[in-house]
Amino acid sequence: MRLNRIKEMAMQGVFLLTAITSIAAVVLICIFLFYNGVPAITEIGFLNFVGGQKWAPTNVPASYGILNMIIGSIYVTAGAVVVGVPIGVLTAVFLARFCPAPLYKVLKPATELLAGIPSIVYGFFGLMVIVPFIREHFGGGSSLLAASFVLGIMILPTIIGVSESAIRAVPESYYEGALALGATRERSVFKAILPASKSGILAGVVLGTGRAIGETMAVILIAGNQVQIPSSLTDGVRTLTANIVLEMGYSTGLHRQALIATGVVLFVFILIITLSMQAIKSRSEKYG
Amino acid sequence: MDKFTIKNMNLYYGDFHALKNVELNMQEKRITAFIGPSGCGKSTLLKSLNRMNDLVEGCKITGDIKLNGEDIYGSMDVNILRKRVGMVFQKANPFPMSVYDNIAFGPRTHGIKNKRELDRIVEETLRDAAIWDELKDRLKKSALGLSGGQQQRLCIARALAVKPEVLLMDEATSALDPVSTGKIEELCLRLKDKYTIIMVTHNMQQALRISDKTAFFLLGEMIEYNDTDLIFSSPQDKRTEEYITGRFG
Repeated sequence: MRLNRIKEMAMQGVFLLTAITSIAAVVLICIFLFYNGVPAITEIGFLNFVGGQKWAPTNVPASYGILNMIIGSIYVTAGAVVVGVPIGVLTAVFLARFCPAPLYKVLKPATELLAGIPSIVYGFFGLMVIVPFIREHFGGGSSLLAASFVLGIMILPTIIGVSESAIRAVPESYYEGALALGATRERSVFKAILPASKSGILAGVVLGTGRAIGETMAVILIAGNQVQIPSSLTDGVRTLTANIVLEMGYSTGLHRQALIATGVVLFVFILIITLSMQAIKSRSEKYG
Repeated sequence: MDKFTIKNMNLYYGDFHALKNVELNMQEKRITAFIGPSGCGKSTLLKSLNRMNDLVEGCKITGDIKLNGEDIYGSMDVNILRKRVGMVFQKANPFPMSVYDNIAFGPRTHGIKNKRELDRIVEETLRDAAIWDELKDRLKKSALGLSGGQQQRLCIARALAVKPEVLLMDEATSALDPVSTGKIEELCLRLKDKYTIIMVTHNMQQALRISDKTAFFLLGEMIEYNDTDLIFSSPQDKRTEEYITGRFG
């Protein structure tokens, strides 16, 4: 009897410890980022840092404006969403509602495999296939277009997975109700089921957006990395993540701190995405 | 006049013979009730009338089902059939959208886009379903916020919005309280001036109260079909008598 109690308490302790580990990791990362990044932001000046268009950390005097990279990250992410969301959502609709069982057995693992491919491999694929293709047909090469396209593919598994379960969670009675009114199969799916699963699909899109904005390796290989606001789709672009990786190796002093501060900005973006994700979730719980 | 004529109809779910040699004529602008114990095939037959059984894998139907003399399993477009033969389900299933959009779903499906026309249809069908006064101030609110009885009457209105000839009701009141059930029964009696109603019910009193004709089913066979008052006052078959007097089922 006593032994059981002790065992139980010990197990509770273990569970608590594991739960605390993940929370501690988040908290430590936060502290590290802000401790190292915020002093740099104050030294450079918040507006000069976030709103400055000139990134020249090795100049004398140096300037540390990351606006180009912020815009770059937003453009690339938006591009990925434009490419990935229609393909992803329609694939999810197909998998959940139209796919014959034998085909599903192939397609579903294939979309899951997509998630398991290391990002550097996506980068290679982009570099060897997409970039030459763009160079030949549109000019340019490593560009916003290439990065958007490859990132769009990379976020597919997230969007497909979350959207498919959202679509499957819709009660069959909605589908039957629409059919019974004389709607075609397609109309029943797109006008009755899809609207009913829209908050789940939106959650998938937001999750995919988070993945796209944080992606680094693939982007570095194919985005061109020029510090500029691209004026066309075939212009090169540098993202926040690329900026950090490209320069971390040789940076010192304020330069290094400014790169960490770039990480802080990225972190804030992710925070916004996560919070909007929570908002969508609680909204969908409220309204079903 | 006969709306539906069913001849020599058999239905199989895989190897299971669910309906056996059903012969049945259902009259226009009357309420026909299907009664019988669970698993007797009454719901299956109902779902064959608008081909919702097509959704069930392994379902096979032989024989004839004719709507106004037209074979519904022949060249008739299934979506047109379902427009002509509306259905109300056991569990109210309003779409998770506004009351207005629920009603407008059917008309929009069949190509009506004009806002004023849709407004007119929404009001007219809600009035037809005797729920306009309750809902006229809540047209833009989500249908999921309505009570169970209101949801079911909304579903009836939604079915009426595509101007069907026949309304199928699959135990449409079995999940409702007596007051809501009463309202729907009243509604059915009013609607039979315009529509042919075919209902499946577990509730024999309900069949007795509102139907003109009653068919009794047992183990996939139609045992007896007659005017409702005759079925309940002087059943011809012993099994019918045993069922309606509550000796089984």
